[in-house]
Amino acid sequence: MRLQQKATIMDGDGMRRALTRIAHEILEKNRGVGNLALVGIRRRGVPLAHRLAKRLAEIEQVQVPVGILDITLYRDDLTTRTDQPIVQKTEVPFDLRGKRIVLVDDVLYTGRTIRAALDALIDLGRPEMIQLAVLIDRGHRELPIRADYVGKNVPTAKRENVSVRLEEVDETDDAVVIEEIIQENG
Amino acid sequence: MKLASRHVLDLETMPAEDMKNILDTAESMKEILGRSIKKVPTLRGKSLCTLFYEPSTRTRASFELAAKYMSADSISIATATSSIKKGETLLDTARTIEAMGVDMIIMRHPVSGSSHFLSRHVKGAVINAGDGMHAHPTQGLLDMFTMRQHLGRLEGLKVTIVGDALHSRVARSNMWGLIKMGAQVCMAAPSTLLPLDLGDLDVKVYDRLEPALEGADVVNVLRLQLERQKRGLFPSAREYSQFYGVNQERLKLASPDVLVMHPGPMNRGVEISTEVADAPMSTIDEQVTNGVAVRMALLYLLLGGADE
Repeated sequence: MRLQQKATIMDGDGMRRALTRIAHEILEKNRGVGNLALVGIRRRGVPLAHRLAKRLAEIEQVQVPVGILDITLYRDDLTTRTDQPIVQKTEVPFDLRGKRIVLVDDVLYTGRTIRAALDALIDLGRPEMIQLAVLIDRGHRELPIRADYVGKNVPTAKRENVSVRLEEVDETDDAVVIEEIIQENG
Repeated sequence: MKLASRHVLDLETMPAEDMKNILDTAESMKEILGRSIKKVPTLRGKSLCTLFYEPSTRTRASFELAAKYMSADSISIATATSSIKKGETLLDTARTIEAMGVDMIIMRHPVSGSSHFLSRHVKGAVINAGDGMHAHPTQGLLDMFTMRQHLGRLEGLKVTIVGDALHSRVARSNMWGLIKMGAQVCMAAPSTLLPLDLGDLDVKVYDRLEPALEGADVVNVLRLQLERQKRGLFPSAREYSQFYGVNQERLKLASPDVLVMHPGPMNRGVEISTEVADAPMSTIDEQVTNGVAVRMALLYLLLGGADE
């Protein structure tokens, strides 16, 4: 099995504009940044959450707290995967009680990651509200979950792979590409 | 990342990258211990048994709490209240436990090598929680974890182990682990209490305490195992204390920000003075907390993945 690059659906500029729009939508929906906090899901949700926080600070002159969530211990496929995922630290340095939390991730697909993230968050405290922001929604949900803020909706096939590349993690220019999974015989 | 073996029997055979993986995972687990809800659902449906043929407070309690915090179920069997009293053999007891569907046995036993023996005869995982004078790998790991948290590294540290190394599985596990992770290990004890089986392990051995303490980053004080002293290897606890007791005066020889560790339970006033045991440089209580985090990491790494 290998991946073949098929199309670039968002470049760095497109990503920048999408995040700026999401930042404005967050402010509009929540009427400002009062009680707001961002929580990025490892890995690529974390730099995205920081980028959103930076935009919110530029618009409102208020620094919104940012937390990091590792969902490994909450996965529903731990007992079926043979490659054991590495557990990393959850770092939420603020009290969740009474906060409006915006969960941030790169791609929304089956919804299972978000289910795990919701359980992980609620174990840390009882927020007033949890919202979800994603850069790409590629469909194929397996759970009743939807995003409040979406950078771009992209219809995909299940044999395709959507990969978000961020400067902070991937050391390449920002882009979102669709790759096709090619099954090779023999 | 899976560990090389499905058992944890000693640190002598554990690869350095597995130790690093365990210590890194334990960092993440320690965060859970600071939460108000100390429970994650990771090991739901897994079960383990602690089988202890020797007394224990902290090792057994911390394995059982680690299991509960990870949502695994645990039972404990102690020799005094079980069929072992009626003469049941180790293997029969272990097979009985396994027949009830236990995924892991955590055993402490007075005979060296007993955990290796058990691991060859059961289907599930075995963790050695201390076998005779041989090994206590989880203590070695939690000691290394504590050193790494305080000093940021293990490589290049000077670690001095003081005391009854001959009878000490803690000393052996510390040596094997620390040397693999690049630390420099020194040992100080009366020559009658020094181990004879160091082989080609690179340990500097001293029969006086003072030269071993010079410039030490960590002093790991061993318990004087009064229950294992049948042969008169030293004249008296009082004399031992006079020459090898770790006190504030002697610690002036060590590095200014030296860590003092002790695996517990302590004989206060014998191997360690009360001022030192309760001083800020002592990590004795923290070692206990870290023991839970390290054991959570091990349970995750051994029970978390799929069965092949």
